[in-house]
Amino acid sequence: MTVRDALNSALDEEMSADPKVFLMGEEVGEYQGAYKISKGLLDKYGPERVLDTPITEAGFTGIGVGAAYHGLKPVIEFMTFNFSMQAIDHIINSAAKSNYMSAGQMSVPIVFRGPNGAAAGVGAQHSHCYASWYASCPGLKVLAPYSSEDARGLLKAAIRDPDPVVFLENELLYGETFPVSAEVLDSSFCVPIGKAKIEREGKDVTITAFSKMVGYALKAAEILAKEGISAEVINLRSIRPLDRDTINASVRKTNRLVTVEEGFPQHGVGAEICASVVEESFGYLDAPVERIAGADVPMPYAANLERLAVPQVEDIVRAAKRACYRSVPMAAAA
Amino acid sequence: MGILRQKFWTSSSSRPSSLSSIFIPAGIHEDHSTPHVFPFNSTGVSTRYSLQRFKSTQASNQLEQLYSTDDDDHDNSQALDFPGGKVTYIPEMRFLSESSGKRVPCYRVLNENGEIITGSDYEQLSEEVSVKIYSIMVSLQMMDTVFYEAQRQGRISFYLTSAGEEAINIASAAALSADDIILPQYREPGILLWRGFTIQEFANQCFGNKDDYGKGRQMPIHYGSKKHNFVTISSPIATQLPQAVGIAYSLKMDRKDACVVTYTGDGGTSEGDFHAALNFSAVTEAPVVFICRNNGWAISTHISEQFRSDGIVVRGRAYGIRSIRVDGNDVLAVYSAIHAAREMAISEQRPVLVEALSYRVGHHSTSDDSTKYRPVDEIVYWKMERNPVNRFRKWVERNGWWSEEKESELRNSVKKQLLQAIQVAEQTEKPPLEDLFSDVYDIRPPNLREQEKQLRETIYRHPQDYPSHVPL
Repeated sequence: MTVRDALNSALDEEMSADPKVFLMGEEVGEYQGAYKISKGLLDKYGPERVLDTPITEAGFTGIGVGAAYHGLKPVIEFMTFNFSMQAIDHIINSAAKSNYMSAGQMSVPIVFRGPNGAAAGVGAQHSHCYASWYASCPGLKVLAPYSSEDARGLLKAAIRDPDPVVFLENELLYGETFPVSAEVLDSSFCVPIGKAKIEREGKDVTITAFSKMVGYALKAAEILAKEGISAEVINLRSIRPLDRDTINASVRKTNRLVTVEEGFPQHGVGAEICASVVEESFGYLDAPVERIAGADVPMPYAANLERLAVPQVEDIVRAAKRACYRSVPMAAAA
Repeated sequence: MGILRQKFWTSSSSRPSSLSSIFIPAGIHEDHSTPHVFPFNSTGVSTRYSLQRFKSTQASNQLEQLYSTDDDDHDNSQALDFPGGKVTYIPEMRFLSESSGKRVPCYRVLNENGEIITGSDYEQLSEEVSVKIYSIMVSLQMMDTVFYEAQRQGRISFYLTSAGEEAINIASAAALSADDIILPQYREPGILLWRGFTIQEFANQCFGNKDDYGKGRQMPIHYGSKKHNFVTISSPIATQLPQAVGIAYSLKMDRKDACVVTYTGDGGTSEGDFHAALNFSAVTEAPVVFICRNNGWAISTHISEQFRSDGIVVRGRAYGIRSIRVDGNDVLAVYSAIHAAREMAISEQRPVLVEALSYRVGHHSTSDDSTKYRPVDEIVYWKMERNPVNRFRKWVERNGWWSEEKESELRNSVKKQLLQAIQVAEQTEKPPLEDLFSDVYDIRPPNLREQEKQLRETIYRHPQDYPSHVPL
């Protein structure tokens, strides 16, 4: 099942099960979704449940939050999370903080979803990763699916969750196919929020990743296996709450950690994981934590520059080897 | 009531405006699940499929009628179809002036002496309602004075008054039903007073004690009460406007006999959210009443520096929203206008914009000293001679419903309540430690449970560092 179909089927099933769920965003209706995620939903549920909006992120985000205050369950789609910055006041001040500031009187069962992070050749204003931005805010939950199973299970869990959820998809993953079991296809299937998944077990080094980088980490693990390094790959799934227990347990087993993310390095997800591991498993670390992140520059457009600005499988392999004290130069080979 | 509404809805076309005689062009189906085509009669221009959202929708059907006049039909060669409908061509190059020349007139019922202006349209108020409105206006005035003083004495950290805007607050609240959902800015506590929020409840919020419904989470004056249908006040300006449209959309889906009423000041209309909310409310045909309290000042920004339009009322037309300008210091005018606006919003499922002209007599808040940017005699003039409370009192007294003794009885009683409420609120315990960590999420996450545990352990080990009067 492709990730696109996984998301579509999750939306379909949740909208069918609960009449309060509705979808709102630019191009979600007539156009079948900018990335075709909401294909067929307008025909099935009608214009009351699938709303095409004018180009005003601040507007429809605020409206969605208002609807959620009153008990509806909106799913707000951002064409990409870059545009969510135009609505970020409503996400943080109106959604994330409301339950706390109103002392439980105003809950906000809303989901903000859309593609996040780098795509291919779309430049700086379309490639920013917002995982660490939203994950720093208490009151929000932040999810990042990788496979079709993740996409289905996490989106269903997000829609059912009474708290505001930021759901970070990835444009390049939409078309990828993953095997799914019968359990995943069941309409009650949900993936618990706050639990990471160990995609591949290993004993020499832990590699954490989320979204597209999970695929890269798995490829890196294959390469490392041939060189005698057994890597454990953790698919974070949930950025906030971060599954610190799984990460720390893994590091206590392997004693080495490489964090991988596409976003900018400073104050990123890897920084938080590193801090958590240093606080709780300091004695277990046999090497400094290696952070692999995107280059600290606005994403360039030219294909060769873009490739250098985003982590590649080789970068992960090299970092894992450094963590295992195999001498490899720090800088990427040209 | 129907007469009032019909008389005051003026359309741009010259034909008689009666709601029952709206012509729905043939070919528009009522069935909202099938797309239908706008009846364009041009050639070559792409037809747009427009989806009818709700059966109650009339507004989008009326668009073509509103924008055409008899002249257009004469000369078809001079008109052409554009996305949105027929537009007449003219050979003269004419710019629409930036102003219409004459300011939009202001609806008023009572003059400054509290006498009904002859020929006024208004809804007659009963003695009971009028006395209640007046008493609550006085209570609001007194509450503002006493709480402001409390801040000056350092007993609460912050306060802001609604001085000068008592009529907007109370008269609008009186014209609504208890089911109508309110999204305030922050200068509308009178609505809560009208709906039965007690002075003690106000004080509890300002002092942030354990009886505060907000559990001590918010600054003073950020009241919120679900049972009174009053959405918790939020500091960023104008964010409540698109939220109001969202709630109105929810009411529309539920087909409730209620609307949403949201307030903002003149300054708030500069926010992007104002534009988004008005535009969206018109497109989604949401039952929401936008009330703009144009009180002349946004902290130190005078309206001449805030916008260059003729106030806020003219903006309604830019979004296709019906609007009215009303004297915000006139209880009867505000009451009648809001009542009519509410009727329209619900029965026609459309947004309505009301601009209430008034003056902010007080400083913006306790953090402001407005004498630094405006003349003192301007403030004194509005406080003494254009005072909405005095004006309404004259009308109520003239009807024989009020007297000097009733006035002193009311003021004594309210003063006692106020002083007692403050005393009690000040002495009531603060919220317990547990309330630091609750409500961040629906279910408390493990990291917060751990932090609370660590905090309690620290307090246990170092009790001298923890304030003794704060409950654990």
